[in-house]
Amino acid sequence: MTIESEDNQGDEMETTASKGSLSDIAAARLQKQPGSNALGVGLEARGVHAWFGEKHALANVSLDFWPGTVTALIGPSGCGKSTFLRTLNRMHEFIPTAAMAGEVLLNGEDIYAAGVDVTKIRLKVGMVFQKPNPFPSMTIAENVLAGLKLAQLKVENKDDLLEECLERAGLWSEVKDRLNTHGGALSGGQQQRLCIARALAVRPQVLLMDEPCSALDPGSTLRIEETISQLSSSVTIVIVTHNMQQAARVSDYTAFFLSDGGPGQMIEVGSTNEIFSRPKDERTENYVTGRFG
Amino acid sequence: MSTIEKPATPKPKKPWAATPVDRSKTAGIILAAALISYVLVAVTPLKGKLAYAAVFFLAYLVIDFVVSYLKAGRPAAVDSLFRGLVTTAIAIAVTPIVSILVTVWVRGHKGFHWSLFTKDMHSNSFTDPIGQGGLLHAIIGTFLLVFFAMIISVPIGILTALYLTEIRGRFTRPIEFLVQAMSGVPSIVAGLFIYAAILIPFTKTVNGIQGSLALAILMIPTVARTSQEVLKLIPSDLREAGVALGGTQWRSVALVVVPAARSGLITAMILGVARVAGETAPILLLTGGSGTKNFNAFNGSMGSLPNYVWQAFAAGTPESIARAWAGILVLLVIVVILFTAARVLGNRKVGKK
Repeated sequence: MTIESEDNQGDEMETTASKGSLSDIAAARLQKQPGSNALGVGLEARGVHAWFGEKHALANVSLDFWPGTVTALIGPSGCGKSTFLRTLNRMHEFIPTAAMAGEVLLNGEDIYAAGVDVTKIRLKVGMVFQKPNPFPSMTIAENVLAGLKLAQLKVENKDDLLEECLERAGLWSEVKDRLNTHGGALSGGQQQRLCIARALAVRPQVLLMDEPCSALDPGSTLRIEETISQLSSSVTIVIVTHNMQQAARVSDYTAFFLSDGGPGQMIEVGSTNEIFSRPKDERTENYVTGRFG
Repeated sequence: MSTIEKPATPKPKKPWAATPVDRSKTAGIILAAALISYVLVAVTPLKGKLAYAAVFFLAYLVIDFVVSYLKAGRPAAVDSLFRGLVTTAIAIAVTPIVSILVTVWVRGHKGFHWSLFTKDMHSNSFTDPIGQGGLLHAIIGTFLLVFFAMIISVPIGILTALYLTEIRGRFTRPIEFLVQAMSGVPSIVAGLFIYAAILIPFTKTVNGIQGSLALAILMIPTVARTSQEVLKLIPSDLREAGVALGGTQWRSVALVVVPAARSGLITAMILGVARVAGETAPILLLTGGSGTKNFNAFNGSMGSLPNYVWQAFAAGTPESIARAWAGILVLLVIVVILFTAARVLGNRKVGKK
């Protein structure tokens, strides 16, 4: 379970002989207290397990996401972070062999309860994917508003919504003169921000991001991180990332996942500051200091 | 502002391109191979064009192999041997197609006359001189037959493909197998099926729509398989993105997947049309071969291009045979136009107007 970028980070950190550099960033970011900016929403996972066929991929994860916070899920590849993320908006069931157990409560109600309209859940819990995936047949404007069409929502003023979403995704100034051209002509980073704008247009309470920067260059990554920081006051964000500096920069809370050959488990969760400066579990410390992974 | 003069931009060159020496060597090998084939056919009992071609290709392969062996050793020789074999295979594959096209043009253009497009055969016979009568009725018939076959088979074909790629239910495997098997159904079987299922028990007479039904049976597998291939190319990321935005599967498919595959689906449709436009056997059985224009596919005998060609050949006079070749030419041109359209539409970048 070796991840290139993490190896690099490990080298870097050993040479500077400090986990301090990471935790400093984390400390700087930890301004928000739980409950501030509360939107009256919360996402809580209770004893979530996940399977792919016979393979038990994720065991007994319980994790709360405070409204208006950013939570980073870190851990080596294959530890179940992405799988866990996809159980949070019921994208997990998209895989034919998938199964799950446990509860995911959104505003106190189980999204897996019988009779729940799954499309409504996905409206409230939006998703940004690893690779930018704007719809190729649509223009930039159509892409942003695609969710309204897909979910058959009515909106008073589409132009205002379009501008607002692109503004929030940090893309408005770059595309405002070519809203009716196709999204494919944008750079990778712009496409990813377009996907963020698209996800925001249906006004989700929670935004799940599955390694949103792993296909992007550092400059675009920085722009996305700025976007995440701006969004975090109004949307609950859960981000899976392999980049620990990114986790330290953008998140308020960090959860460390690990698989010891069996199903992936959540080893530890805490404020990002704690996880990066004084983790309670030795395995977490080994991982965040780059000693393995 | 810098005053340093910009160095002159060098002229673009291709140092890897064949030099005149290389070219003359290749020409020499071809010439030598041609000479050998000429001599061998002259001095041995080998005879005919086929012998020339066979000896030429063999001689070319051998000389080319030896030349590159001497020049660059065994790996290069094997490389050029395989290049030669591939070129030979392509030449063999293309020859009959080119031969058909040339023959149809050479024979067809003699029977060609503009009246073909303005007149029908209701008051002429196939043995009349060229210029009297035409095949307008047959063009109308073929268009109507294909049009109705398209109306029936395109929705069924595309929906089948959507089932196979999007729904992926329990029957995906058997249906995929059936669709593949159906693309091998001989056209006469499709014709006989409609003959036995509809013509004998119900209509008891020929009409256009029966032909369309038989053609639709032949067209559905082509449309379904091509559409399936096209839909498979759409990344699953897009489907997930559509569903993650709160769309139902149906809306995600209708608003995201199908528009993204649009040009490919148009290609699938046109390939299906091209597949059946020249089908003869079911048409002969089911639609009749009226020489009069018939715009009603649901009533009465209906002419068509394949039927026109068949009747004209059967008449057996020089005029009628010239007419038959002209009919083939017209049919071929229509099919070529359709394939070109499929190419042009299929190559259009998704999203571009």
